[in-house]
Order: sequence, then structure tokens, then C-alpha cells
Amino acid sequence: MNHSPLSGLRVAVTGGTSGLGLALVEALHRAGAAVAFVARRADRVAAVAARFPGTHGLAGDVSVKEDTHRLALRILAALGGLDVLIHNASSLGPVPLAPLADTDCEALEEALATNLLGPFRLTKALLGALTAAAREGRPALVIHVVSDAGAVAYPGWGAYGASKAALWHLSRIWDEELRPHGVRSLAFDPGDMDTPLHALAVPDADPATLERPERSASRILALLEEHAHARRDRAGTPAA
Amino acid sequence: MHAATAPAPRRPDARILAVGSDGRTRTVPRTALPDLLRPGDLLVANDAATIPASLRGIHRGTGATVEVRLAGRRSLAFDDVRGFTAVLFGAGDHRTPTELRPLPPLVAPGDALDLGPLRATVLEVLGHPRLLRLRFEGPAAQVWDGIARHGRPIQYAYVPEPLALWDVWTRIAAHPVAFEAPSAGFLLDWELLGHLAGRGIGFATLTHAAGLSSTGDPALDARLPLDEAYFIPEATARAVAAAQRVVAVGTTVTRALEHAGGRSGHGLATQRIGPGTRLRAVDAILTGVHAPGESHFALLRAFARDPVLEGMNATLEREGFRSHEFGEAVLLYRS
Repeated sequence: MNHSPLSGLRVAVTGGTSGLGLALVEALHRAGAAVAFVARRADRVAAVAARFPGTHGLAGDVSVKEDTHRLALRILAALGGLDVLIHNASSLGPVPLAPLADTDCEALEEALATNLLGPFRLTKALLGALTAAAREGRPALVIHVVSDAGAVAYPGWGAYGASKAALWHLSRIWDEELRPHGVRSLAFDPGDMDTPLHALAVPDADPATLERPERSASRILALLEEHAHARRDRAGTPAA
Repeated sequence: MHAATAPAPRRPDARILAVGSDGRTRTVPRTALPDLLRPGDLLVANDAATIPASLRGIHRGTGATVEVRLAGRRSLAFDDVRGFTAVLFGAGDHRTPTELRPLPPLVAPGDALDLGPLRATVLEVLGHPRLLRLRFEGPAAQVWDGIARHGRPIQYAYVPEPLALWDVWTRIAAHPVAFEAPSAGFLLDWELLGHLAGRGIGFATLTHAAGLSSTGDPALDARLPLDEAYFIPEATARAVAAAQRVVAVGTTVTRALEHAGGRSGHGLATQRIGPGTRLRAVDAILTGVHAPGESHFALLRAFARDPVLEGMNATLEREGFRSHEFGEAVLLYRS
């Protein structure tokens, strides 16, 4: 028996096969949540799904418009609805990092497609499900994984930083607009983590100075618990 | 009435023709829906998302090209997606009007259909050579994957451009169980829902697996709507009981609420609603513009007497209302 406060919570995570996304899938699975995760490579998706039996791995690319509703369909069919959507998949833009003046337009477009347009589209496609959850008194939450590169102008991080700044603002506006419909949106900045994405950006970083993604994942789970409790107190009914 | 031909499901300039129980009509823009309702009224919509239920493939026995249109299943359970009721079409696609499509090959129980990545077996022919019970091979996740990758939205000749899944999902789409879009829901958007709430008009949802609206075959069309599974959340049943007036968004919501008779939970709507039906739960219907003779239109005859509907049709014709699922709308109060 699992009596975790997150037991039965229906959560979708993008970018679920590496870094923070993988840590989230593992932690949510351990906490008894129903988890669907999305990532681009079918072989890695299958491997992670096999490692955490009961999770639903879906191969797809959030940066591709045509994949949006297919993924939404699969997420909703796998979980029977949705309480929490975590936009974690990220693109760095140009690799290695480059000043904006040396950044190809295509690299900026790629960062925007993955970090901004993808989350916008997927939230829109899943909004019916999130508001339905809210009407049933369940927690309904969208989490955007952002970065301090979206708040501070770090030279060399232009494509990534601009896309994360836009995502951060998108999250704030979603929250203002969706609150009347019972859905909350928030941005979460995990800090510098020891992940494949960080290794691409800063290949010679000392891992000892970086946060473990498992630690950041547990901070997100704490946020989810807090939100689930608040919702339960307001609604006066169990959230799950 | 002319068919709306562009896949523009949520035209902001769509209109609503309000038809009172006395037959008087009034045309307003879609955005004025809150003005047609009163505080204490409850709008109930179908939050089914539409699956890409048109599957092209080959009838293995004859090698003939076929199109399978999934049309029903016995429950809404997401792990119960191997068995479906389906309608078989011959070669060609939606650009040919359904009534002019070549007939499919004759099939028999045990026949195999190869539908892209999906393999199906015919279990039963349901009293009409094109109406079948099918079973897909493989576990549920594999069936969903096949439908998501290979399926296309069911569509008709009056919209020639191929529709994408986003064209057939309403704003409130939450549960992928509908075979065709619960299209009255296209009238709703988040801004309008916000305005309704601001006026004290309630909003609730149920989930109803909307089936096919037409097959092009008179004998088959006479059997529509087929049985449709639905689910009514407890919160919705409570809101319906407390509402002053219940406005059903679409024929599917009407069918589910009338079948459930106030209960919440799962059900299978088997009844037909028509001129003889006494409505118990629904006071008004917000629906697309449907032509006399369609099964959707027959349902309106439970709401109003024929002279009222004839007056309504004359007004729709005169004012050039666009029909079908991407068209405009009627708000019809029960007489």
C-alpha cells in the first residue's frame, strides 16, 4: 500500500529519459503517482519504461507541431486524465554555446520550438483535461522548468536564455489566465545541475559544484505535495 | 443553410439563432451566449476528445483497399480498446461523398484487416454487410499507438482539406473517446466560459463517446446513433440537480443526460430521442445547424413541435447560417 500524498496523481513529464526528467519519473513513480513521460528516442523511452514498470513511455518530439495532439492523445489514454504537466524538455540552442552574433537563426528557432512553442502547444492541447481535473476537485498544475539564464543575461547563453525568459513569462501569464478555471501555472528554476544538457553547455564543469538532478526532482515533488494539500484544504475533498 | 467548408472550427464570428418555446427567433453573435441565459442556468458540455478513427488499409482476403471508421465500443475504459464496432468503406477517401463511395468487399467473421501498423480481425457482421465488430491484436498501448500514428480524423466531402487532430478537438477536449467531434463544443472558448462564470451561469462536463453522424447508406444511417458509452461525474450530476435550467451543449450531452436520468457514473446510451420522447433532464439545447432528415435533427423534435422547427429552418435558410460541425449554432428551448 502506498500512502504517499502523491499516490494516484496523474503526471506527464516531457524530456523524461535524462537529467531532471529522468529523476522526476523515478521519484514520481516511487511516490505512487501515475506517470507518462515523453522523449524523442524510442529506444531510450522503452528502456526507462522498462526500468520503472507501470510508467507510460511515449516517443515523440514536443518541438514538432504534428506530434502535439498525438502525444496529448497518448498521455490522456495512458493516464485517464491529467493533474500535472511538467514541461522539462529543453534545447540548448547552438552546441557548443555561441554568442548571439554567431548563432544561426535555425539554432534559435530550435531553442524556441522546444523551450517555448512546444510547451505552449502541449498545455493548450491538455487544457481541457487539466480543467476537467480542477472541476473534480483535483490539483491541476502546469510546471515550467526554467533557468536563471532566463533572468540574467549570461553571454553565450542567448538562444537558451531568451527562450527560457519567454517560457518564464508565458508561465506567469498562463497562471493569471488559468486561475479562474482552477488551473495553476508555475515556473521552477532547478539551478545548475549535473545533467547531459549542462555537460553540453559547460563540458569542463566540476560535477561537485553542481546540484544532483535527484535533489531538484525532490524539490518539485515537495511543491506538488504542497499544492495537493492546498487544493485539498480548499476543496474539502480528497485530491486523489 | 450551406455546409461550412473551411476547417475553421472556432470561427469567432459564428452566430447563434435562439429559438424560444413560442417559436420566436433572435440571432446573436456566438460571444453573446451569456445574454441568452440566466444566472442559475447550467451549461453542460461533452469533454470527449476525438480520436483519429478513420483507418485505411487492406482486406487481406481480397487485397481490396478499405477504410475502417471506428464507430463505437462498449465502455470508455482506456485499457479496453481491442473491441470496436466499425463501419467499412471501399476505396477512395472522404473527398468522395459517402453515398457515392465504391462498396467495400464482403467480409466474414475471421477475416483479417491490415490497417497500417494495426491488425484487426472481423468478429461479427452486425446485420448489415458494412457494420462490423472488430478486434485489434496486441496490448492496449500498442493499439493506442497504432491509432495515434495511422488514424486520421473522420471527415466528409464538404471539407475537402485533410483535417488534423487539432481541428477536431474542442477547447475542452479531455478524454479521447469520441469517434467524431462533439462539435457543438466548438462554440465554446475559454474567454466565453469566463464570461459565463462571471454572469453566474454554471458550467459542467460529461464524457460521451460521440459516434458517426452519417455513413451514406440509408439502411445504416437509419440505425444511427449507435449505442454510445458515457460517464457523468458526480459533480456534474449534483450541478444538474441544482440548476434552474439545464442547457445541453450538443446532441450527445442530451442523450447522456436523458439516459442517465439524474444518476452519475458510467452508462451506455441505447435510446433514440425523437418526437415521441419526453425530456426529463434537459431544458434547452445548443447545437450545430443540422438538416431535416439527419439523426441529429430528429433529436430536435423532442424539444419543439414541427411548426417551430419549420420556422427555425426557414430563418436559418434566410439568414445563410452555415451548417455541419464547423458551422454555426442554434439554441432551442423546450416547448
